Amino acid sequence: MTTPEEEPVTEADLHAWLDGELPEERKPAVRRYLDDHPDVARRFASYREQQEMLGRAFTPLINRPLPDSLEPPFSRPRRRSLALLTGFAVAASLLMFVAGGATGWLARGWMTPAGGPDGTFVANAVAAHRVFVTEVRHPVEVGADQEEHLVTWLGKRIGKPLRAPRLSNHGYELVGGRLLSDMDGPAAQLMYQDAAGRRITLYVRPSRDPANTSFRFAGDHGVRAFYWADNGLAWALTGELERGTLSALAEEVYRALNT
Amino acid sequence: MPADEIDERAIAAHVPRLRRYAAALVGNMADADDLVQDCVEKALTSRRSLRDPSRLGGWLMSILHNLHVSGLRWRRRRGHELSVERFADDVALSAPPADRVAVRDFVRAFGQLSEEHRRILLLTGLEGMSYREVAEVLDVPIGTVMSRLARARERLRVLLEGGEEQVLRRIK
Repeated sequence: MTTPEEEPVTEADLHAWLDGELPEERKPAVRRYLDDHPDVARRFASYREQQEMLGRAFTPLINRPLPDSLEPPFSRPRRRSLALLTGFAVAASLLMFVAGGATGWLARGWMTPAGGPDGTFVANAVAAHRVFVTEVRHPVEVGADQEEHLVTWLGKRIGKPLRAPRLSNHGYELVGGRLLSDMDGPAAQLMYQDAAGRRITLYVRPSRDPANTSFRFAGDHGVRAFYWADNGLAWALTGELERGTLSALAEEVYRALNT
Repeated sequence: MPADEIDERAIAAHVPRLRRYAAALVGNMADADDLVQDCVEKALTSRRSLRDPSRLGGWLMSILHNLHVSGLRWRRRRGHELSVERFADDVALSAPPADRVAVRDFVRAFGQLSEEHRRILLLTGLEGMSYREVAEVLDVPIGTVMSRLARARERLRVLLEGGEEQVLRRIK
């Protein structure tokens, strides 16, 4: 009679090990087996890589803006979405926005020459957003449970007192924040998340130009950002949200910082 | 909360996750949106059958699964191969630039798997469900989950590392 520790290692054991479902007492046997069978170890290294690619490829899909048909109330009559009628080619071409006008919002692509330093600023904000919103284990350096410490620390590093605006009214709660750097020095990123796990980030660093600016908009492949300068700080709010939703959030941030 | 209170908001909170799963499974956003919309409608009309509201996520996934298997209107769309290419490009655009080529290749290979294999890999790898939860969603024994997962992983490995010849062997 063999004990659980001594039973031969099966293919099922190896998969369970990969998926974190292997009982603790079987682990030493699996480790020994993999040490003795480098070809099997290589195969399972490939499987682990697959697992990572699965996350890297598909995780960002959760942040895609929802069509109206998938937002409550669900009882509305069905309407065929634009993407459904025309496919991605057209939908994708719509993602580069040129807008503005009535509300005074100024629209820009990422790197338009007229954007000058702002183009670089928003590109940095978006790059930082892309890197950290998909992070599962360490999305932030300091969590919202230490908010006081977080804002004091980040404020000190960027040289201006900082506050984390409340966005609960819009369903977003602070996750935490981290210190970053760009060409000009320190920058800070605050991350918020809603009940569905959708994340938005608020990126801030000292502004080069003391003048305040109106909101500007930039969009690229589903990621959208509003950015502005206020009180010596340059701000960017970035998310994979509908433009209208994101602009309401940006206004809320602005309001919260100016009351 | 009691089952009567499973309202639109509670369901809506799961929609982005269901939609991500559906898109990765069927390989395009439009079909995924149709599938999720059907799922939401079905969930709303049969919400009283959910006994334990804490299991809402798994329950919705089961509904989505059954709708997908019974294959209703989302199957109308043509040209799966074409849409896999397009979907791979689309998904790659959401990835950081340095990852884009790898992501596109991965999504293309993933799209060549059978639906059964895509499903098992997504539920365990992307949704992070335990074998037991997957068994409940798919309504199969745990042993089937494990053997199917093993076959799916090996097939995907061959698709990613092997190339054309293995693709043909898969079809045989």
